[in-house]
Amino acid sequence: MDPRKPLQGRLIQAPENFLSAVGRSRREALRRLVVGAGAAAAAAGLPAAIAKGYQANPKDLPPNVPPWSQDLGKPVGADPYGVPSPYERTNIRRLSPGLTTTTQSSVAFTPLQNQFGIITPNGLHFERDHNGRADINPYEHRLMVHGLVREAKIYTMEDLLRFPSVSRIHFIECGANTGMEWTTPAVPTVQYTHGMLSCAEWTGVPLSTLLDDVGFDRKRAKFILAEGADASGLTRTIPIDFALDDVLVAYGQNGEMLRREQGYPLRLLVPGVQGVSNVKWLRRLKVGDQPWNTREESLQYSDLMPDGRTRQYTWIQEAKSVITSPSGGQHLLDKGGYYQITGLAWSGRGKIRRVDVSTDGGRNWRTAALQTPILGKALTRFRIDWHWDGSPALLQSRCIDETGFVQPTMAQLQAVRGTRSPYHNNAIQTWQVDTEGRVHNVRV
Amino acid sequence: MSGSRLIALACLAGLGAAGWVYAAGAQDYHLGDAATPQQIAGWNIDVRPDGQGLPPGQGSVAQGEKVFDANCAVCHGTFGESNKYMVLAGGVGSLKSDAPLSTVGSRLNFATTLFDYINRAMPFPRSKSLTADEVYAVSAYVLNLNDIVPADFVASRATLPQVKMPNRDGFYEFPGLMQVHGKPDTHNTACMRDCAKDVAITGSIPAGFVESMYGDIRDNFRGLATMNDQAPPAGEALQGKADVAPQALIQQFGCAGCHGIDKTIVGPAFRSVADKYKSDPGAEQRLEKKVRSGGSGVWGSIPMPPQDGPSDAELAAIIRWVLAGAPEQ
Repeated sequence: MDPRKPLQGRLIQAPENFLSAVGRSRREALRRLVVGAGAAAAAAGLPAAIAKGYQANPKDLPPNVPPWSQDLGKPVGADPYGVPSPYERTNIRRLSPGLTTTTQSSVAFTPLQNQFGIITPNGLHFERDHNGRADINPYEHRLMVHGLVREAKIYTMEDLLRFPSVSRIHFIECGANTGMEWTTPAVPTVQYTHGMLSCAEWTGVPLSTLLDDVGFDRKRAKFILAEGADASGLTRTIPIDFALDDVLVAYGQNGEMLRREQGYPLRLLVPGVQGVSNVKWLRRLKVGDQPWNTREESLQYSDLMPDGRTRQYTWIQEAKSVITSPSGGQHLLDKGGYYQITGLAWSGRGKIRRVDVSTDGGRNWRTAALQTPILGKALTRFRIDWHWDGSPALLQSRCIDETGFVQPTMAQLQAVRGTRSPYHNNAIQTWQVDTEGRVHNVRV
Repeated sequence: MSGSRLIALACLAGLGAAGWVYAAGAQDYHLGDAATPQQIAGWNIDVRPDGQGLPPGQGSVAQGEKVFDANCAVCHGTFGESNKYMVLAGGVGSLKSDAPLSTVGSRLNFATTLFDYINRAMPFPRSKSLTADEVYAVSAYVLNLNDIVPADFVASRATLPQVKMPNRDGFYEFPGLMQVHGKPDTHNTACMRDCAKDVAITGSIPAGFVESMYGDIRDNFRGLATMNDQAPPAGEALQGKADVAPQALIQQFGCAGCHGIDKTIVGPAFRSVADKYKSDPGAEQRLEKKVRSGGSGVWGSIPMPPQDGPSDAELAAIIRWVLAGAPEQ
């Protein structure tokens, strides 16, 4: 029997293939009993809720008192560093099969489909490394700032934590996010279409403070080179006006030190700019008067256009949005049921002003509610009510940022940029809901 | 200085913060040490297109071939042709085609960048392990593979910036994506009614592709979400993913000392337990509790002591295995 097929009505057979061979025979037999009973209930016109999802043990349900209401609980502090419930164990970053040749130069995607609000939990922030993840002893980490400066300096982490600090909420989006989708839908879920995207509260020293501390040459300084201490020694050119505006030399992530995957103990945070500029394991900042044309801003992370020429230093991540629920791979079981449509919008140019949602493939739009806080260069959560009538639907979101820029369609993007570059795909995403309620990644 | 900062300072002064010195101009933090020329020299490895930053040294194409064969060919192919990793050679003229091939020869605009990248990030298993001479040599060899320099070329601080790459003029700046207030190149409008005509699905993922590439993706979704009833509760997924095989766990926690697979030792055989509870849907929870708190009277007079060794997940895996009839696999 195909485990994906509902037995009937709203019943979905329990997913045996998630059980190992060990658990299968016994559990399967038990579940068949329960599911069979549920199917009978549905057929008899009884409320189907009991047949949906996890088959709870009636002994744990009202009016009975479950064991966790009687057993003495775990000691306070049983988990000195709290971890998610085991029941959340599948809410994890994932690698897209076949995307990269090595697991060191690769990317793990954030499970946006399961995220609430705008803050990405630290353990789920997407990870992109170029020569593997460096594990650094913070007491031996040094930041060198030199070049067109009065006094070149080396800072310890202890030094950096003593400077005046700021905390701000910003997204980081890889320039190649949604890059697999330029020609045709290629990946099944929002984790893979848009999951090179995360948002956190970052704490650190304004880069301008450090540039002042070394006495940078205000007349000649035009660009900053940022360099990582990992094996890739990744380098990117940062224009001086960005550097003096809102760039942070960050050590904090959502209230704790950076995770290793995010460059522990120090990274650059360049709000609104391609993820690769947020150089992790930051070891060096050099003040200069020309861009560096590094490999990660020439051969990579630059935009090959239809005429065969390449746009270089395309730093800005333009306004973009996506519905995270319902989204690809989900399954709506209640025809005529209420569903909240919710998702994320963001812009590298500032705040999100408005998000519109369509359920008919872009023919008609309704304006969604934006949840506060609405912050510049941060994720913004939107939501809107939807009663699905059971007929096929095409869900889209379209955002407008504070500059008035409207998120483009894929056709509009392709007309200008073609399909040769994986970068800067901020097209409107379409999720198709079919008559069975299954949600698919499609292009209209 | 902001008003709030002044107030904060005044408060500190009022509290008698002895020795408080406010640095004039707010910039004299006395943090960090002066970087010495030697320290800077060790880390200052970046190379610009004009050649600034190139170190002393040199390397020929012939020398580069040896270095390449020993360090690079394993991934890039003997002639830089392997497409498993970055293709190094070929592709000139392909960038306008429907199958553009970005290589050192076809896409890169400056040979200095080739040196800089090899010097900092290659060889992949151990970066920064080549000498400057070796990096010059490999750079020369890769340029020669692309027919950009002749076989007698010697790369150095003097020659590398002079190399004219085929795509030298293929890059340009587009201010629309360089500046926060740059003028964008797409111009959608926020139409609200009767906007798109003839809406039709023009692209979708081929049937079977997701299953073959990603397997069963149902556990990618939180089971609690009302739309995801078909997703397994993560607890179920967890059950199938015990890190250690139950057979190993029963050894690790000493269960096998008293329980045989199919014969009674001190306690009942695991398969006897399975048989006894085979039609009891609450058996799993009951047995977990019994193992935790200990028990007696069901199988005989010798009590089973409380067991707090296994974690909850480990215990659950053991119980499920027992109830499944203690299978070999």
